[in-house]
Amino acid sequence: MNARILATAASEFRISRRNRWVAIAVALMVVFSLVLAAAGSAPTGALGADRLSVTVASLTSLSVYLVPLVALLMSFDAIAGEIERGTLPLVLTYPAARWEILAGKLVAHLGVLILALVAGYGAAALMAFATDPDAASGLPALWRLTWSSALLGATFLGIGYAVSALARRPSGAAGLAVAVWLGLVVLYDLGLLAAVVADDGGSFTTDIFPVALLVNPADAFRLFNLSAAEATAAAAGIGGAAGAIPVWQSLLSVVLWPLLALALASLAFRRVEP
Amino acid sequence: MTSTLTISHLTKSYDGVQVLTDVTLDVAAGQRVALLGHNGAGKSTLMKIILGLIPASGGTVTVCGGRPGSAQARAQVAYLPENAAFHPALTGQEQLAYYLRLRGRPATEALPLLSRVGLADAAQRRISTYSKGMRQRVGLAQALIGHPRLLVLDEPTSGLDPVSRRDFYDLLDGLAAEGAAILLSSHALTEVEARTDRLLILSGGKLVAQGALADLRREAALPVALHVTPHNGYVSDIIAALPGAIRVGEALHLTCTQDEKLAVLSRIAALQGKVADLDVTPPSLEDIYSHYSRRDGQ
Repeated sequence: MNARILATAASEFRISRRNRWVAIAVALMVVFSLVLAAAGSAPTGALGADRLSVTVASLTSLSVYLVPLVALLMSFDAIAGEIERGTLPLVLTYPAARWEILAGKLVAHLGVLILALVAGYGAAALMAFATDPDAASGLPALWRLTWSSALLGATFLGIGYAVSALARRPSGAAGLAVAVWLGLVVLYDLGLLAAVVADDGGSFTTDIFPVALLVNPADAFRLFNLSAAEATAAAAGIGGAAGAIPVWQSLLSVVLWPLLALALASLAFRRVEP
Repeated sequence: MTSTLTISHLTKSYDGVQVLTDVTLDVAAGQRVALLGHNGAGKSTLMKIILGLIPASGGTVTVCGGRPGSAQARAQVAYLPENAAFHPALTGQEQLAYYLRLRGRPATEALPLLSRVGLADAAQRRISTYSKGMRQRVGLAQALIGHPRLLVLDEPTSGLDPVSRRDFYDLLDGLAAEGAAILLSSHALTEVEARTDRLLILSGGKLVAQGALADLRREAALPVALHVTPHNGYVSDIIAALPGAIRVGEALHLTCTQDEKLAVLSRIAALQGKVADLDVTPPSLEDIYSHYSRRDGQ
């Protein structure tokens, strides 16, 4: 990594710490993970799965909502905020390319997110280990969840940067970010669900529905973790569709989305005239 | 002398509105050039084009031998934006360390740079606690990083107290002596008059005048004002001897062109005994500035 990216990342990380983003993200992830880990303890015995695998299935459902939210909250201000404060023109006259500045911000924000993920998932895992001696068999699922959550975070950080560059004002960017979160994470699934019910097992359910799940980064993330996990049965809702779609397809979507989102962010940033 | 900045026939328009029209100028190494103009005359736009922040619509701009905004140009150009702003959560030292690292220099140079602009005591405080003048000095400190060949300074002395202003121009003199080319915009005409080599006057997007102040003054041919105070009882004698003089209270006002000045003075000198005092006021920089910036129908 070059020195300019590192310099930007170090500065952004310091700003995130000062703005309490590190504390907020870590606290959010830890509290929600612990609550889920505690609440998910009831059905364990009946499923025949180890405690950690069940926790991972619960954490997957949590992360689908929480990781995009935290990522968008950290990123919507990244460019619009610099435009509003008037700090962008100066930094753009420095010998750092725009993509390097964006990459620096990404490294810092992703670092904060990974810190929060490790703290939250770690706490939940410790709880699982405390009550179930067989929890170790869920470790591969936990590892898979952690790195795919980081990729999901990178995707929504990229989307947040793009939104930030397009909106140019923090208030507009915040509104757009909320709209993106609602659209991609909440309404998209509701829409699909409604369509599947209306279709009643027709061609939509068999042909379009799987593709629709794969093109949404949040759904692809959930699909990947559920279909790869042994505790599929413990998951409700869309988990049923996981069996029908090969793991490599959801993996591909999980890996490609961050690249796509960051390319989008880079393009949007390049069009900004300070 | 080689030019550090060369601009020829530069035009810029936004959505069909012409902001800069056929601007041609150059700034040589070691020169301090002041860019004057009303608000909206195109000064900041011109600077942003030089920095490569916005593209030109036409014409050519060469900065330190490269295209504006190219890696080569950015490595050698420093910028101080109007109302310099920084992240409020960082301290002055941290902010400067970041800029130093972006230019590939060690972060340890931050403190010496802040000392140079008189901010050593505030280095560990967050920028959110700084006054406008202190932020301006942080801006100045970052512009001094790594001996830039061209400094583009947008209203660098706004928010600075008189003493800091003098220190600032002393700093500029040092930089120019080391061979840096300096382009600065300002509204403070008197300080620009004393501390720069050349003036550029932008009006309505056009470069209406450029040159040293003495040349501009001669070219403008603005009238010289004379203020004659007569001894008691000689007012009417003097009015008779100086046609065109206007009586204002007990004194007389008179204007003449630069060329007539000596002739008028000798006529006043001939009235020895009747004249108590004489003041000669050359056209001020404000007058010259208004003359040029008004010429194009403003």
